[in-house]
This record gives sequence, C-alpha cells and structure tokens, in this order.
Amino acid sequence: MSIKHGLLALLERGPMYGYQLRSAFEESTGGTWPLNIGQVYTTLGRLERDDMVRPLPEHDGGQRSYEITDHGRAELTIWFATPVSHADRPRDELAIKLALALTTPGVDAGAVLQSQRTATMRTLQEYTRLKISATKPADLPWRLVIDAMLFQAEAEIRWLDHCETSLIRHAPAPLITGAPSDADILPEAIRR
Amino acid sequence: MSILELRQVHRTHGNGDVAVHALAGINLTISPGELVAVMGPSGSGKSTLLNLAGGLDRPTSGEVLVEGQVLGNLNRRQLAGLRRHSIGYVFQDLNLLPSLTAGENVSLPLELDGLSVRKARRQAIAALHEVGLEDLLNRFPDDMSGGQQQRVAIARALVGDRRLVLADEPTGALDSVTGESVLRLLRARVDAGAAGVLVTHEARHAGWADRVVFLKDGVVVDTSGPLSQPEDLLPSVGAQR
Repeated sequence: MSIKHGLLALLERGPMYGYQLRSAFEESTGGTWPLNIGQVYTTLGRLERDDMVRPLPEHDGGQRSYEITDHGRAELTIWFATPVSHADRPRDELAIKLALALTTPGVDAGAVLQSQRTATMRTLQEYTRLKISATKPADLPWRLVIDAMLFQAEAEIRWLDHCETSLIRHAPAPLITGAPSDADILPEAIRR
Repeated sequence: MSILELRQVHRTHGNGDVAVHALAGINLTISPGELVAVMGPSGSGKSTLLNLAGGLDRPTSGEVLVEGQVLGNLNRRQLAGLRRHSIGYVFQDLNLLPSLTAGENVSLPLELDGLSVRKARRQAIAALHEVGLEDLLNRFPDDMSGGQQQRVAIARALVGDRRLVLADEPTGALDSVTGESVLRLLRARVDAGAAGVLVTHEARHAGWADRVVFLKDGVVVDTSGPLSQPEDLLPSVGAQR
C-alpha cells in the first residue's frame, strides 16, 4: 500500500488540505501509521503532477485544499479492486533470523523462538486491550485495523509453534560430553 | 488475598521408569481481577493444571489453594461444596443437560447447593441476563445455536458468587465473532473481581489475558505480562497467611 492511495481514498470523502489529510490518515489507521506533513505534501505534489488531484483556491487562512479528479477516482477504484500481493511486502526479518539461528554455531534456536513468542504474545495482549477500549460503533474501522494486526500476530505465533515442533522432531541428537557417571550423580539437575 | 495459588505443584502419572511428569514444580498465584492464559503444546500439562486448580485431580506433591483453603485438607464433601459454590467451569463441550431448559441448567448447581428453587431461579435469570440471554430462559439446548449454548454454559459457570472461573478452550468451534463475545464475557466477569484461568491453543484468545503463561513439559518456560501494575508480580507472601 502507498500513502498515495490512502490520500486518494480520503479525498474521495471531500476536499481537504494537508493537515486535515494527515490527521484523517492517522485516525483511520488507528495511529499505527504516523505520517509527517512533508510526506503528505510530497505525495500531493506527485498526485497533482499525475492529474489525480487538483488544488482549489486558497482559503482565508491561506490553506490550500485539494480535490480528487476523475483520473484519481479511477486509480482508486483499481486499487480497491486489486488484492495486496505478498511480493510487495518487505522481506520477513524474523524468518531470516530464525533460519540463521538454526545454522549459526552456539545459537539456541529454541530460545530465540521462545523470546520472539513472548514478545509477540505481549503485542497481541496490547492490541486486544486497545480493541476492548474501542466499543463505540464509530470505532468499527479502527477495530478492523486492530483485528488485522491481531490476526497477523496470531499467525506469527502459530508459525513459531510450528517451527518449534519441527525443531523437536528434526533436532540432531545432542552431543553427550559428560561421562555416564555424571548422569547418575545429577539426576535432579537433568530432570530440570 | 489471591483466589488461586499453586505452590510447588507436581503431578506424576505412574511410577519408576514409566513415570510421566505432567507438572513438575508449578508456582502460580492469581489475584482477583486477573485473567491468566495458559498456553503450550499438546502434552505440556495445560489440562492437568486446570484439573488441579478445579479440585478435579490432586497433586502428587505441593499445594493448591482456592480462596486461601488448601484443597488437600478438605474432605470429599467439603471439596464438592467448594467446587459447587466457588468455582465455575467452562469446557469446550458445553455439557448442558438436554432435558433441562436454559434456566434450569443454570439454576441446577444452586439447587444442589441447597438454595430454594425460587432463589435459584432468580439468580439464574440474573446470570442469563448478564450474558444477554434472558429471553431464552425456557428454551431447551437443542433449540439454541452453538453460540447461545456456550453463553448459557458460561452463565452456569458464573451464577452465584463464584470467584474462580476455569475455562478450557471455551470458544470451541464457534466462529470468530461469536467466540469473541464469549471472551468478552469472561473478561467482564474477571474485571468485576473474579479470577480466571483460560487454557487455549489460540494466541488470539490468550491475548485477552493479563498474563500468559507458557508451559512446556510440565514447567513454566516463560510468562508474558502483566501489562500494568508490575508490583502484582511480587506476591506478598507474608500477607497471605
């Protein structure tokens, strides 16, 4: 997704100027995607160049509003009609990190996995809390954005569970360095 | 005072070489207003933990306390009484009695506990009201949807003055929105002062908890949360005596 399509969707509601667009954008993404005003104006500039928005005369306060053009509207329709491609998303750092953890000597992949699971679980708890507090009917768009993040976090935890099971099944037999008598002396320690 | 406390709880099935350590030294304290989720792979000891907390099973060693009472010190009758009036159970399979109406299903444990039929019915109506199903008072389980049945089961678990709610995959096969309403109810009850334990495979459901405990091979391997009031992490042992 691009800021471009987000702004077009907002302008479809009616003309707005830069600061209004920024706050409307942040509101509709539940504050999960902060924008700076520079990004908004750069994007508006490109949209104007591509004939997707047009500036209106300045207000009394010197604010210049923009409105969407027919060309912009057509672009927006195509955007809504096109599914998001996985290839457009950035590479998954976590998957790469776990793959490296498995092959790097001295790294406990199980521990990497568990610490990620706990961190993701905490994120999930925090999102759920946000969601519980959003109870008004007007909060529905925001709730759906939170749900998207919730389901993504859940998918990540499921995937981690799956990795862990695979790790247990396919782990090479541990190297036993101690003499057998050690095991007889320290049954309690081993059980832990 | 904590509502549920597990002190160095071990549960071993079998003896000698074939012994299985279902739980190996669990310590867990749950206070009023706290919902704790227990997660872990199959065989990690989740269900054993829930059965011990609910007095349905006894630890091999260690102690389980519910509202300050050591379950091991109670006789059968006392334990049954405690289970009836202090602990609410919500299981995956709803266990509603098909020959009883929603209202009768909810009031049955109260009547077993010696309450008059009239009082029990009044409390059952209040409990059904809490889950938004007052209108289904006289409906039989077979004439209700899965979501409605599960809410009745929750009303039954919460009826009266139960302060410990134990839930094992309570959203079962419900769709995600209906399942969420079940969790919302559980959360609301806990926020009103009960303590809850939620055993689940689903991370999204565990997200409703204040704390998530990860079990593996009968031990706690990690904990996520609590999200606020970190001082709750430090149980004041002296104050509980």
